[in-house]
Amino acid sequence: MKKLTIAILILCIAPFGVFAAESGMPLERAPVDITDNDSLQRGAESFVNYCLTCHGASYMRYNRHRDIGYTNEEILEKMIHTDQKVGDLMLSAMRKEEGEVWFGVAPPDLSVIARSRGSDWLYTYLKAFYRDDTTGTGWNNLVYDRVAMPHVLYQLQGEQILVVKGDQKSLSLDKPGQMTSAEFDKFVGDLVNYLVYLGEPHANERKELGIKVMLFLLGMLVLTYLLKKEYWRDIH
Amino acid sequence: MSNLFNSMIEWIDKRFPLTSTWKAHLSEYYAPKNFNFWYFFGSLALLVLVNQLITGIFLTMNYKPDANQAFASVEYIMRDVDYGWLIRYMHSTGASMFFVVVYLHMFRGMLYGSYRKPRELLWLVGMCLFFVLMALAFTGYILPWGQMSYWGAQVIVSMFGAIPAIGDTLQQWLLGDFTLSDAALNRFFAYHVVTLPLVLLVLVFVHILALHETGSNNPDGIEIKENKNPSTGIPVDGIPFHPYYTVKDIVGVVVFLIVFCGIIFFAPEMGGYFLEYNNFIPANTLQTPDHIAPVWYFTPYYSMLRAVTVNFLGVDAKLWGVILMAGSVVIFCFLPWLDRSPVKSVRYKGPYFKIALTLFVISFFVLGWLGTKSPTPMYTFLAQIFTVIYFAFFILMPWYSKIDKTKPEPKRL
Repeated sequence: MKKLTIAILILCIAPFGVFAAESGMPLERAPVDITDNDSLQRGAESFVNYCLTCHGASYMRYNRHRDIGYTNEEILEKMIHTDQKVGDLMLSAMRKEEGEVWFGVAPPDLSVIARSRGSDWLYTYLKAFYRDDTTGTGWNNLVYDRVAMPHVLYQLQGEQILVVKGDQKSLSLDKPGQMTSAEFDKFVGDLVNYLVYLGEPHANERKELGIKVMLFLLGMLVLTYLLKKEYWRDIH
Repeated sequence: MSNLFNSMIEWIDKRFPLTSTWKAHLSEYYAPKNFNFWYFFGSLALLVLVNQLITGIFLTMNYKPDANQAFASVEYIMRDVDYGWLIRYMHSTGASMFFVVVYLHMFRGMLYGSYRKPRELLWLVGMCLFFVLMALAFTGYILPWGQMSYWGAQVIVSMFGAIPAIGDTLQQWLLGDFTLSDAALNRFFAYHVVTLPLVLLVLVFVHILALHETGSNNPDGIEIKENKNPSTGIPVDGIPFHPYYTVKDIVGVVVFLIVFCGIIFFAPEMGGYFLEYNNFIPANTLQTPDHIAPVWYFTPYYSMLRAVTVNFLGVDAKLWGVILMAGSVVIFCFLPWLDRSPVKSVRYKGPYFKIALTLFVISFFVLGWLGTKSPTPMYTFLAQIFTVIYFAFFILMPWYSKIDKTKPEPKRL
């Protein structure tokens, strides 16, 4: 009976979820650390420069970024390049209808993209664009076949081409960009780190509060157990 | 001071049965002294219910039941409402933990024969509670209006459409529209925050009244009321619920809260099982996801829904699936009459029952796991086998529980 109990408990609490990589391509591990404000700030600036033109982060307010060490003035200076105010939502510069006309599909909002796709997928995806003349944009992606999005970062990364050896597909750098491979990895790493923060801005606060709550509960456990033991002394 | 207190109680007692209710349900409600681990889950279900009610009220203050605003309003709660993230995670984790606790509570009943005479009505009220809980979970899961909310609801609603003759009309009545849309979101919101919680509260009240009428069962499955102290009339193996089980249940509550808060603060998505990754994509009525999976607590039934792949006896495969799915839940209601064993508790039941129960638990988990997967011929075949085992546990019970070799029950706990 005891064994059955334990087995059931283990089955109840075992979390075994994984993000699906539909292409079957192995995903690279994204360097995520949402307590690293320098990385988040670099990611935030790249985000507003490279992503926010087409994508929105329309559930997020600019002034929330005080979380990652900015002041309101810094947010205005470094993140807002339009006439938006610091308390506004991070809306895309492009209208949804325009996106549909230009790309065939409106670029998705990125507020919670890291929560639906996962950081590893985003990290691998952003590095997996290659030249493909058969697509409308001239770009294709090894993680997301025939994706509507063009390679926005090609000036930084350079141009990759697809190399097929038997069943194995890989990418090789055809024309170098402004960044070395290591610099680009770091750039995308910061950007993905920021996307993870963007998905759940309160995640750090959540974990910090969680530790306090757990310590309180462990203390309560000792007290309530002693209370129970005291009351139950005369029951046999 | 104590005089003032006593006279206040006296004043109330003349006008309201305060002391007598306290005594009847707590300080002089005699419960068997040998409750074990499995007996924590009733009080824990009550705790989760209170958690859902309170966090639910605060969510309602900022949630917008509008197809164009629902998803954004949930993210507004997550980002801009003070401690909104905490309230939302408490509610979403509470939903899953409600099922964890209730499944363990029901399993306890199956282990120790708590559904047997004289507790048949108690069990049936409990089953009604379970149906309402499922309806609450379903209507609640639609509200964030993510892809899984939308397409999961499509699957469930289309089941009603599969019912012959009245299906289409029933489906339209449920949705308030021809498709799942803003109208449906509004009415599911109304059910979720008003109708169903009210029904649930009434049923919980009835469940506890029925329990306190028959008295609690226990791991030995014998009736403590059959052995009373002749002078006091108190069961010799009973102890007052308060203070003994109140102080014991508080320990259970703290242990539960450690698990509960561990999930809320450190793994609120629970690996995609409590909050599905695809539900962070706003509902798109034009784009069916490659793979639709309900939340984990519905997956065993979802597997059975998908398990039937051929039409037979002139009935459509889809309708068979719906019948099996509904049957797989309703069949629990018949347990009090299916079990013919002379003893209640698994402790004194024979090997047949133990094997059957183990197979049932395995099939429940395997079906649950299969329900999260995209169907392949292999998976569908497995689902069919385990569906048969699942139902065989119930249908063959009158036979195997009767011929099983039982051990004699003790006279005392």
